[in-house]
Amino acid sequence: MSNIHVSATVNGDAVEFLCEPDESLLDSLRDRLALTGSKEGCGTGDCGACSVVLDGRLVCSCLVLGAEADGRTIETIEGVADGDDLHPLQQKFLDHAALQCGICTPGFLVAAKALLERNPDPDETEIRYWLAGNLCRCTGYDKIVRAVMDAAEEMRQ
Amino acid sequence: MNKIDDISGTEYKYVGTRPVRPDGVDKVTGKAQFGADLYAPGMLFAKILRSPHAHARILSVNTDKAEALDGVKAVLTYADLELGDGGHDLEDDMNHVLENVMARGKALYDGHAVAAVAANSASIAKRALKLIDVEYEVLPHVTDIEKAIAPDAPIIHEDMYTQDMDPKPEKPSNVARRMEIGHGDIEAGFEKADFIFERRFRTEAAHQGYIEPHACLANYRSDGHAEIWCCTQGHFMVRSACAALLGMDLSKLRVTASEIGGGFGGKTTVFIEPVALALSRKCGRPVKLVMDRDEVFRASGPTPSSVIDVKIGANKEGVITAGFAELWFQGGAFPGSVIDLGAMCSFACYNLENVKAIGWDVVVNRPKSAAYRAPGAPMAAFAVESALDDLADRIGIDPIDFRLKNAAEEGTIASFGPKFRRIGLKETLEAAKASDHYNSQLGPNQGRGVASGFWFNFGGTTSASIKIELDGTAVVTVGTPDIGGSRASMCQMAAETLGIPYEDVRCIVADTSSLPYSATTEGSRTTHSSGMATVYAAQNAIGVMCSRAAMIWGIPEDAVDWKDGHARPSGANAGDFEPMSLAEIAKKAHETGGPIAGHCEFEAGKVGQSFGTHIADAEIDPETGFTKIVRYTVIQDAGRAIHPSYVEGQYQGGAVQGIGWALNEEYIYGEDGRLQNAGFLDYRMPVCSDVPMIETEIVEVPNTGHPFGVRGVGETPIAPPLGAIGNALSHAIGRRMDTIPMSPPRVLEAVNGG
Repeated sequence: MSNIHVSATVNGDAVEFLCEPDESLLDSLRDRLALTGSKEGCGTGDCGACSVVLDGRLVCSCLVLGAEADGRTIETIEGVADGDDLHPLQQKFLDHAALQCGICTPGFLVAAKALLERNPDPDETEIRYWLAGNLCRCTGYDKIVRAVMDAAEEMRQ
Repeated sequence: MNKIDDISGTEYKYVGTRPVRPDGVDKVTGKAQFGADLYAPGMLFAKILRSPHAHARILSVNTDKAEALDGVKAVLTYADLELGDGGHDLEDDMNHVLENVMARGKALYDGHAVAAVAANSASIAKRALKLIDVEYEVLPHVTDIEKAIAPDAPIIHEDMYTQDMDPKPEKPSNVARRMEIGHGDIEAGFEKADFIFERRFRTEAAHQGYIEPHACLANYRSDGHAEIWCCTQGHFMVRSACAALLGMDLSKLRVTASEIGGGFGGKTTVFIEPVALALSRKCGRPVKLVMDRDEVFRASGPTPSSVIDVKIGANKEGVITAGFAELWFQGGAFPGSVIDLGAMCSFACYNLENVKAIGWDVVVNRPKSAAYRAPGAPMAAFAVESALDDLADRIGIDPIDFRLKNAAEEGTIASFGPKFRRIGLKETLEAAKASDHYNSQLGPNQGRGVASGFWFNFGGTTSASIKIELDGTAVVTVGTPDIGGSRASMCQMAAETLGIPYEDVRCIVADTSSLPYSATTEGSRTTHSSGMATVYAAQNAIGVMCSRAAMIWGIPEDAVDWKDGHARPSGANAGDFEPMSLAEIAKKAHETGGPIAGHCEFEAGKVGQSFGTHIADAEIDPETGFTKIVRYTVIQDAGRAIHPSYVEGQYQGGAVQGIGWALNEEYIYGEDGRLQNAGFLDYRMPVCSDVPMIETEIVEVPNTGHPFGVRGVGETPIAPPLGAIGNALSHAIGRRMDTIPMSPPRVLEAVNGG
């Protein structure tokens, strides 16, 4: 089996890589492009640690093939901050201690950003159901939900 | 913002505040490097072949075809691992660790490693696994405790006889050991009881559920020196175990702890690290090995499942007259379940005149269990706290008052021997009774439960060093991996001691060659033990700085004091000098004798036991058996909360893990002895929409053995939830729940009178 050539836009940069036909986008991002901020927690789309935005849609990158990224636009955790300026969600996660080990944090931030872009004023229930695709085993979710609510409030102002 | 300690009157600048953690920015930007995030030049990818059988003799392993596959660089079997002279600092039997890492002679559980391959890519390694020919003779298996201890059970280890039995048994058994603790005369105690509760409880095995699978990168060099990068709670433990399993000299192996994506006890032993290292030794290339999630479920270390018979008697005044528990824990395919800890935790919350606990360590065809947050305590507390709830109902006393009447306090002789120093159980119960939650109304189909819980908290071998930089900042180095924000608390304690701003202190976790031995991050020991070592190292550095100031001023060393980050002359003959700041002293270090540092290596003792009380409100759907936790409160004695946000985080995280275990999580084995739910879809951990906000109250009864009063907080929060939720559901349904998890089918059965 020969590798497949892929051209895509990742966090605003034009990139090219070769991937195996059955390789996940997550593996391509990590192993080909050295973007290791997206994590593999399960490889079956259950934990959300690999969340990225593909052509504007929130997806688990472990469930997308690297080859499917050809000609498309991908946003990962590495593109959430603007240079040294943290996104309000990132700052609120720090302020609220909304991470303990931090392995799920990139996925939560990518997912929460996608939520706030769609709905700038979600209530607690909407946040909890939107983030139900992301597993966190450390925090019990309390401080994550509070951080998202606080970031949303700040972004609305 | 200064915080005043209302018990000792000490005023703190940094301890008790909520600064941003030093590793925070890396973790919110995706830059933090976890176990699977490191790549090395020339690196290979490894995969492990695992037994599909619960119990089978391995007749042969033929690797010829796999080795011949293009791109395969090394194939490993048990023959490549041989126990050397090492691992003496570890509690585990290294023969068992060796056999667990790679099956020898018999596969003992579904998922037991049989062989491994390193290849140019993960996909080649996976293809090669399919080419390894293993000939099995399938044997009868047993995965259930009650079946494993039955007289006709298949015997897993033909040479295992139950230890500590009188007389010694004549036949091999799946029961590895019996243990017993207690004091007084329980029969006399039961004679005095007006009410007796007696029942069998069962809990299924749960998994720690850390989101990061085990991952490592091993590099064995041609000169016999090697390095491992891995996610672990204890890199010194990894070094000891790997050196032992490969027959290496300890000093030739350097282990670096990556950022760790959760552990909860599950990363306190080795599974894949010795395999990756042995593969690297075989082919001379760096080897990366990462578990898939189904491997994590099948072949890491879940909790024991348990069977617990409990009998408790009380008089009508609400005094417990006797407590007895007999516990069976299965620890998987090898001896060494946490039965002792379970038995010891059973009655730890109570001051009992007559108490006894008997424990049985059972082996079954399941993966070797590992620690999971307060190992043993949740199961024991489920049985005992359920019993107390039932007794309180029958006596007609409020369940918190009943606990207060019998609660352990300073001077209580614990069932496992020691006399408690000052502890805070009663304070948590009083806070629970006064809480808004406890005094709120319940809705229809809702029940409220209360339970208390205990954890010992560990000390142990600990090292830390602190260096004062020329620019007036400090770097703390510890040997305990930071699993939930401990670097922040180290910085706070160092800043407080040195008297410099929090932002001027950084903390790193050093590799095994850069710092003396440090025991694993486990048992809620890190903020206590590494915290003490950090404070002592800082005091050591302060001593050096005082002597440098004395040198500059030309006065005796003992005429210099340290206060608020400054050296000051003190005493009648010290002379009149302006206080000199840490930054000023640091700047002149090279003129006054060289770099300034402090260090501490010691055996941390004086642990402060931890107690907590939880309140749970559960609502059932009587048609489906679905349970929703509608309100939940955790109240726990932290001793001292160095960083209250991360203390609350431990309370909340432990409670939600407990909610998952209580309601849904369980290892399900089929008739074939294979795990049926080795994935997050079917092993259902709580998601964000399953749980409410978790209310917390931090009680602070300082541990007098720690410079800031720290007790350690991580484990205790998972001890009460099974009992609290079991009691809530029992009230909502009107029947006593006795099996964990209380999943919808079990709740429905109880609702329907089953």
